[in-house]
Amino acid sequence: MDFRFTDEQQMMADAVRSLLGDHCQPADLRRLMENGEPRDQARWQQIVELGLQGVLVPEESGGLGLGEADFILVAEACGYAGLPEPLVENAGVALPLLAGVARDPRAERLLESALEGAITVAVKHPQNPFIADADTAGAILTVSGGELYLCEPNDIELERQESIDPFRRLYSLADRPCPVAAIANVSDVAGDLGRALNRGALFASAQLLGIAQRAVDLAVAYAKERSQFGKPIGSYQAIKHLLAEAQVRIEFARPVVYAAAGGFDSTDIHSRARISHAKIAASMAADLACRTAVQVHGAMGYSWEVDVHFFLKRALALATWWGDERFHRERVAERVLSQPLGAEHAFAREANNA
Amino acid sequence: MDLTYSPDEEAFRAEVRGWMEANVPSSPLPSFDASREGFEAHRDWERKLAEGRWGMVTWPREYGGRGLDLMRWLIFEEEYWRAGAPLRVNQNGIFLLGPTLMEFGTAEQKARFLPKMASGDEIWAQAWSEPQAGSDLASVRASARRDGDHYVLTGHKIWSSRAVFADWAFGLFRTDPASERHKGLSLIFFPLDAPGVRLQPIAQIDGETGFAEIFLEEARVPVFNRLGDEGQGWKICMATAGFERGLMLRSPARFQMAAKRLVELYHAHEDECGMETRAAVMRSFMDAEAYTLSIYQTASRLMAGGTIGAEASTNKIFWSEMDIALHRTALSILGARAELVKTAPAASNESRWLDGYFFSLAGPIYAGSNEIQKNIIAERMLGLPRG
Repeated sequence: MDFRFTDEQQMMADAVRSLLGDHCQPADLRRLMENGEPRDQARWQQIVELGLQGVLVPEESGGLGLGEADFILVAEACGYAGLPEPLVENAGVALPLLAGVARDPRAERLLESALEGAITVAVKHPQNPFIADADTAGAILTVSGGELYLCEPNDIELERQESIDPFRRLYSLADRPCPVAAIANVSDVAGDLGRALNRGALFASAQLLGIAQRAVDLAVAYAKERSQFGKPIGSYQAIKHLLAEAQVRIEFARPVVYAAAGGFDSTDIHSRARISHAKIAASMAADLACRTAVQVHGAMGYSWEVDVHFFLKRALALATWWGDERFHRERVAERVLSQPLGAEHAFAREANNA
Repeated sequence: MDLTYSPDEEAFRAEVRGWMEANVPSSPLPSFDASREGFEAHRDWERKLAEGRWGMVTWPREYGGRGLDLMRWLIFEEEYWRAGAPLRVNQNGIFLLGPTLMEFGTAEQKARFLPKMASGDEIWAQAWSEPQAGSDLASVRASARRDGDHYVLTGHKIWSSRAVFADWAFGLFRTDPASERHKGLSLIFFPLDAPGVRLQPIAQIDGETGFAEIFLEEARVPVFNRLGDEGQGWKICMATAGFERGLMLRSPARFQMAAKRLVELYHAHEDECGMETRAAVMRSFMDAEAYTLSIYQTASRLMAGGTIGAEASTNKIFWSEMDIALHRTALSILGARAELVKTAPAASNESRWLDGYFFSLAGPIYAGSNEIQKNIIAERMLGLPRG
């Protein structure tokens, strides 16, 4: 039993943190928002050069063959930075899904192109009503009428669905995809789609964790700087306690997210419940932290000028993306009401109870 | 990250389980706070644990332990709670003072106090608070006046858990009469039956006498009973509080077992429960899991040479709030039956939820109120300015 990340895992996350620290500050976000571009090409190019696209793709398919625990800190760092570009969904969900279902030369060619970083892949998963980042994607995996389709931009017509989050690019498909693009029967790839859902939920929770900590950090910085009644507002207990309460939520969401990554197995009921727990706990932490950050900033917190709203909006979006609280609570209930409970089962696996 | 138990860890679990199954009393012992009889029954249990060398498994062998790591301590606790073993009457000793003695005590002090603590022969109470020094603990006035190789203790301690029946207490005393606040304090042990020590039990919210006032009227104790240097008491006291709020006092297994009982209660009354109750039950399960995972994470870090700091305060807030929420959910499931005490003819075994609920209300108060913990988190973790 060892709960620590390896040095390699820490180093990978440090590389991403450092890049985002240099190139994904609120001023960068505002510049992107103002110029209306779908992504910051220079930043995305640098992210691509980190070579993380294939982190979860098996080595035999051309990826790095690493696991969820290797990517979880990266996803957290992307949340902390409010990264607009789809590193998390592309590398964490879409590419391993494509690798799992690619059985023909066209799919293999697209996977190869995605692993090189030439294109990104977007996913219309049954769990989500829309497709994120579909307009910039070079391939879209979508489920419709019992079939899994692998579409290319020319096959489909996209309809933009504006999100409150200025950096989320949501789309729906205007038409049913053309039949020639079908690559599998859904029943044959149910395991892959299940893994995609669980990875989506897991990495969304890691991003929410990052968002929550960013919101607290922004509020702490402001509370040290802003004075009222002749003292920094952060010296008053009313402010301290709000921020401490938010930090407590974060502290007890983080180990759940990390354990969900470390024990990831979408075929195991305990693992699925832990992923769902992570999603709920991180959503709640992000919700409280972002609302607290708005409150601590006072009227400034309600302004467009202060950066907190970027994180508030991302938190709102991710809380329901890849399953909302109700969906995930029922997955926890499934484990709670059917499996043994008690102190010795925290790291249990279904197979061990058979 | 490896979230599986090693074969050695599994073997250790099996060994603990076997011993517990053979030795845990088949029916619950009477409360150690309600009567001398209950207290002594718990002392006997501590002695039995010590015979099996289970008193404090993380302690070195020479003090009655097994020299095991924190992972094994967590496994031991899981099996202890799984078996429904009695509450630890000596928790002030083994969980608070013990680790502090290990860190700050001389070899002679360790040899004198630790083995008897591990064996249950000496049960400890704490004597920190005073009537005017609660959250503001640094304002303690009780004094220890040096007289040759003795201290003469004078003062008034209060809210001393276990003091009514315990053998020894450790407390914070002002050894420098000219000092103020955190300076000039020392941590000193005194026998509760020494001349000049007078006890006044205090009835708790539940009617039991789990704590007491201690009046010290020129009680003499040898200088040997001082832990650490004179004037170092505050620092040592904070280290003790760190253990209390951090890892030792409330092991996760306690809450996992409570969550298990809550789910069983929910199962038994599922027809009467709405979605709101279902959600609250799941929340309690998740919170107990989250606390467990957090403690495992901390244990991994400590085993690799890390330290525990202000995040101990987040633990204390989390488990105390979780405990209240869990018991409130249980009471809401019981509905109008919840108010019945154990002795009511219509009461069932479920009435113990009421006792648990009252006890949970103390959680946000003892070991430093949650408001004080939030100040600690804000100032030491988040770096906000002191008020």
